[in-house]
Amino acid sequence: MKDDNQAYWRANIRLLLILLAIWFTVSFGFGILLVDQLNQIPFFGFKLGFWWAQQGSIYVFVLLILVYSLLMQRIDRKFGVSDDEEEEQ
Amino acid sequence: MDVQLLTYLFVAASFALYIGIAIYSRAGTTDEFYVAGGGVHPVANGMATAADWMSAASFISMAGIIAFMGYDGTVYLMGWTGGYVILALLLAPYLRKFGQFTVPDFIGTRYYSTTARVVAVICLIVISFTYVAGQMRGVGIVFSQFLNIPIFWGVVVGMAIVFMYAVLGGMKGITYTQVAQYCVLIFAYLVPAIFISLLITGIPIPQVGLGAQVTDGSGLSVLEKLDNTLVGLGFGPYTEGSKSTVDVFAITMALMIGTAGLPHVIVRFFTVPKVSDARKSAGYALLFIALLYTTAPAVGAFARLNFVETVHNTPYTQIAGWFKSWEDIGLIGWEDKNEDGRIQYHPGAPFEGKPTFADARRPDGSRAITNPTTQSANEVYVDRDIMVLANPEIASLPGWVIALVAAGGLAAALSTAAGLLLVISTSVSHDLLKKTFARGLSDKQELFYARVSAATAIAIAGYLGIDPPGFVAQVVAFAFGLAAASLFPAILLGIFDQRMNREGAITGMLAGLIFTFGYIVFFKFVEPSMNTSEHWWFGISPEGIGTIGAIINLTLALVISRLTAPVPQDVVAMVHRIRVPRG
Repeated sequence: MKDDNQAYWRANIRLLLILLAIWFTVSFGFGILLVDQLNQIPFFGFKLGFWWAQQGSIYVFVLLILVYSLLMQRIDRKFGVSDDEEEEQ
Repeated sequence: MDVQLLTYLFVAASFALYIGIAIYSRAGTTDEFYVAGGGVHPVANGMATAADWMSAASFISMAGIIAFMGYDGTVYLMGWTGGYVILALLLAPYLRKFGQFTVPDFIGTRYYSTTARVVAVICLIVISFTYVAGQMRGVGIVFSQFLNIPIFWGVVVGMAIVFMYAVLGGMKGITYTQVAQYCVLIFAYLVPAIFISLLITGIPIPQVGLGAQVTDGSGLSVLEKLDNTLVGLGFGPYTEGSKSTVDVFAITMALMIGTAGLPHVIVRFFTVPKVSDARKSAGYALLFIALLYTTAPAVGAFARLNFVETVHNTPYTQIAGWFKSWEDIGLIGWEDKNEDGRIQYHPGAPFEGKPTFADARRPDGSRAITNPTTQSANEVYVDRDIMVLANPEIASLPGWVIALVAAGGLAAALSTAAGLLLVISTSVSHDLLKKTFARGLSDKQELFYARVSAATAIAIAGYLGIDPPGFVAQVVAFAFGLAAASLFPAILLGIFDQRMNREGAITGMLAGLIFTFGYIVFFKFVEPSMNTSEHWWFGISPEGIGTIGAIINLTLALVISRLTAPVPQDVVAMVHRIRVPRG
């Protein structure tokens, strides 16, 4: 692999790890492992742990993919490997 | 107009729409048949993916399961949405760049092995048929309850419709019908949910209504009232689970990585023009899915509350019509154990097993049940699958809402069935014939065989729907467990570990597959009596064992790949190529 591509791949992996850490925290962390502790906290008529498990985690999932899509597009362009020809001109 | 007539109208109109689209978008080449020519807009693909993914189980069963499981239902909510994060970040863009037609295509090429390709085809066929049988069953239930057509004819009509657009249109026809089906099903799901949320809390957004105060003047929120009511009847609180943490963890993980490894979902990302579109499309797909999945817990909680309030301690002679109509088709059963003429609803089974009804009715008109009764105070048997379908009736909503739900349920079942049938036929015509056993096929011949295998697959699926083997409901765990333990790790390693070789991947897939298969078969079929937490390994139920299967797969593959021959140079070059969007 060329040096440029290696740097691109490293930037990609770094972004992936950050986003997956958030993915794990909101679902397995807040929704499952910490659910009993968070349930002590009231949140707009919900117990907070229950809200994360049945509502909050899903909203964050959607945001994560949208953020990933945007940031990857930026990384693609920075390293000149974007497949979106029109936007580059 | 009466509900029956409205339902016929709605269903007929939606079917006419699907067939119109199918005729308009026929497929002429294998490229169009397999991946819709690779020219689908990301938003359209997002909707198609959402319809493809949300099956009869999501539309009809899930809210009912959550209604009765409470917090434990979380495993399905997070499991079936969180998988898209993994799919979007780790698989979809790279598989799109790879640019072939099927999942076995990727595995066969990446691991330079026909054996690997055939193993992948076998996984794919087992997973997809398990799934599709359930869809045809869902079609049958909707037809028999709402249109008074016997399940047999219901399934036949469903098969004919799917045949029209899957065989003629291939992926191209399916994609655009699924876009229409998504619109029908999400509308049909949200309308009753909004109505019921307004009735119970006065707030039109179900996601907010779930936490809002009930309008009965008690000052309690929906969830607090549900907790109190259920605890009063002897149930555990709705917002707390009864499964162990480790099991909830394992099931959620198995469903997530199983989702990411499901072939009919992955293949949807082969239909967009570019890598960047595959990423966007996954985001749209999850957004469209989340609309239903964040509504479902509200529907479940409202349904449970309504159910308890309208049924518990009500004399049978005064019970609502929906109770009797579902009793008529055998999905509700009542045994007046304390002989007070009132229906008592408590924890535990009312009698042993599913109800078997005697021919005669009791003097009050209820159906006599022949099952031996249990010690519990509970007198009602209720099939969880009816909650979404009965919900509009339970809440006394207008007739057109009930008709809409029927059309929505059919849209959900048909769209998923079509997607599954397509990946089955593709893997037979493309992977087994063209790439393995009959390499000389021309494009035209391959297209012909793709249509023949789609038609055959529809016939088999229809048979499974009409005459389901008793274990259909139980084998859902198979589909996700097997996808999690076999396909997902092989694809993941194929992209992210350039040193992963043929030997490692095949051993890993087979080990994950056999372990998971063996564990599920043992607890579900060989020794069902031992299917309790004290016998499970690490306290993990068969539903969650795919997580362990995936770990075994990954570990073995990594160890073996480092001890055997390195990957050929041209494959390394291919891995480098799929990691970069351009070119």
